[in-house]
Amino acid sequence: MTIIRLHARGLSKTFTLHTQGGTTLPVFEDIDLQVRSGECVCLHGPSGAGKSTLLRSLYANYKPQSGSVMVQHDGEIVDITAAEPWKVVEIRRFTIGYVSQFLRVIPRVPVLDVVAEPAITNGRSVEEAHAAARTLLTRLRIPERLWSLAPATFSGGEQQRVNIARSFIVAYPILLLDEPTASLDAENRKTVIELICEAKVRGAAVVGIFHDAEVRDAVADRLFEIRSTHREPTEIPCKPVPDLPTIEAVA
Amino acid sequence: MSAVRKLQQRPVLLEVSGVSKSYGGQVGCLDVSFSIRPGEVLGIVGESGSGKSTLLACLSGRLQPDTGSIIYDMKDRGPVDMLLLSEPERRRLARTDWGIVHQNPRDGLRMDVSAGGNVGERPMAIGARHYGNIRAEAQDWLQKVEIDLTRTDDKPRTFSGGMQQRLQIARNLVTKPRLVFMDEPTGGLDVSVQARLLDLLRGLVRELGIAAIIVTHDLAVVRLLADRLMVMQRGRVIEEGLTDQVLDDPHHPYTQLLVSSILQV
Ligand SMILES: Nc1ncnc2c1ncn2[C@@H]1O[C@H](COP(=O)(O)OP(=O)(O)OP(=O)(O)O)[C@@H](O)[C@H]1O
Ligand SMILES: [Mg+2]
Repeated sequence: MTIIRLHARGLSKTFTLHTQGGTTLPVFEDIDLQVRSGECVCLHGPSGAGKSTLLRSLYANYKPQSGSVMVQHDGEIVDITAAEPWKVVEIRRFTIGYVSQFLRVIPRVPVLDVVAEPAITNGRSVEEAHAAARTLLTRLRIPERLWSLAPATFSGGEQQRVNIARSFIVAYPILLLDEPTASLDAENRKTVIELICEAKVRGAAVVGIFHDAEVRDAVADRLFEIRSTHREPTEIPCKPVPDLPTIEAVA
Repeated sequence: MSAVRKLQQRPVLLEVSGVSKSYGGQVGCLDVSFSIRPGEVLGIVGESGSGKSTLLACLSGRLQPDTGSIIYDMKDRGPVDMLLLSEPERRRLARTDWGIVHQNPRDGLRMDVSAGGNVGERPMAIGARHYGNIRAEAQDWLQKVEIDLTRTDDKPRTFSGGMQQRLQIARNLVTKPRLVFMDEPTGGLDVSVQARLLDLLRGLVRELGIAAIIVTHDLAVVRLLADRLMVMQRGRVIEEGLTDQVLDDPHHPYTQLLVSSILQV
């Protein structure tokens, strides 16, 4: 048996652009998505279909018009769309990791600290966090001479790898990944695939957007199709989901 | 887990309900309510004249609101309505429990007192007496805010704007206040100095676990510093929520305008 870590129900999102004559932009409607422990769901659909919008809504970065996103957090089930801000901060600190497409640079902070930060706020010692950061940076082939520099001047692919390291340093039970391999070379893509698979093995529920077919095939258990609004999103099974034990059972 | 865990178990530190203040017929701030817990950083943004500084002055006891209540959880007395405290009580609280970082460092520093003296004054005001300890603590803080120790005995008048602002921050944080009010803490500084200051503030706020209320018109500043954001227009709070939510998916027309008018945050 497996546990459902994330359940979006009846989720709808429409943007109203007040600065552009009040244009309304319906993106998706009545989405229902369940993600189990150890499973990776790939959001699928043409550009502009609303994949990133859905992912951001699951992280409470966007506010959906209606619906709920229930997440397993600290032994309880919380609707992140209705939670108070401090609760969302806590959920993001301990339960949901999110890899955005771009690294939001903290000025002046060296890479090693940028990567270690989530682990430290999560309660790990500075030494432990730095050790884990070094391991991840090495795996992601960020040369050691860059570790003490601020990532502001890094290449796109380097920044993306720093971003990935930052999100994999904590063993989040839920991971949201927006094109994590978009600007990476083949070797680094492989490393990211490994990281995602390791996360699944430890029981993480993963939702991602993967344009790269090789990555998608390697990590996704099923596709979740997002078409334009007013049509029902459909689920296409991609691979059978293995019957994984619960996190509790593994521990 | 560790101390960082469980924001919710910490009781509300400041509870503001229905605070309004007008100047004659002119609206200062209107019916503002919110609460803040230890460790939370709240940003307040809005155009100039939208009531940000009026609100901050009401909250920090420098202005008497017309209506509303401001309940503060005092260390030894529990929740107390600030507006019912006597003036000396309020001043004592501001000295021991709060920090106020002014937009203009000259308003928050004693310009005729040395840098070390500026930092040492507050521990002394709340009872520290040992000169050696006070000086050591002052120097420790000068180091934290990256002011060269050779400048300990210089007057802030001889400092650059960025150094003065860092000194003001040290002066405010040395007594480990539970709540800090900041009015445009990076205003008037050039961008590279701002970045250093932001980085410093961010680290200190996290390290000390203090609650902070930061008024600014700079969205990049709140993006980096604040967990939560309130947007004010004509004295009212028109939108509030998690900082990234309000900035990335603003709903109110005014917030959309504010976010779209700047190039990038
Ligand atoms: N913050 C926002 N404000 C207004 N409209 C937005 C916002 N974010 C996304 N949209 C709109 O929502 C729609 C879906 O965009 P989204 O970025 O989710 O697409 P996507 O499926 O991720 O596309 P791609 O594959 O190109 O990344 C687009 O029409 C986009 O313009
Ligand atoms: Mg996208």
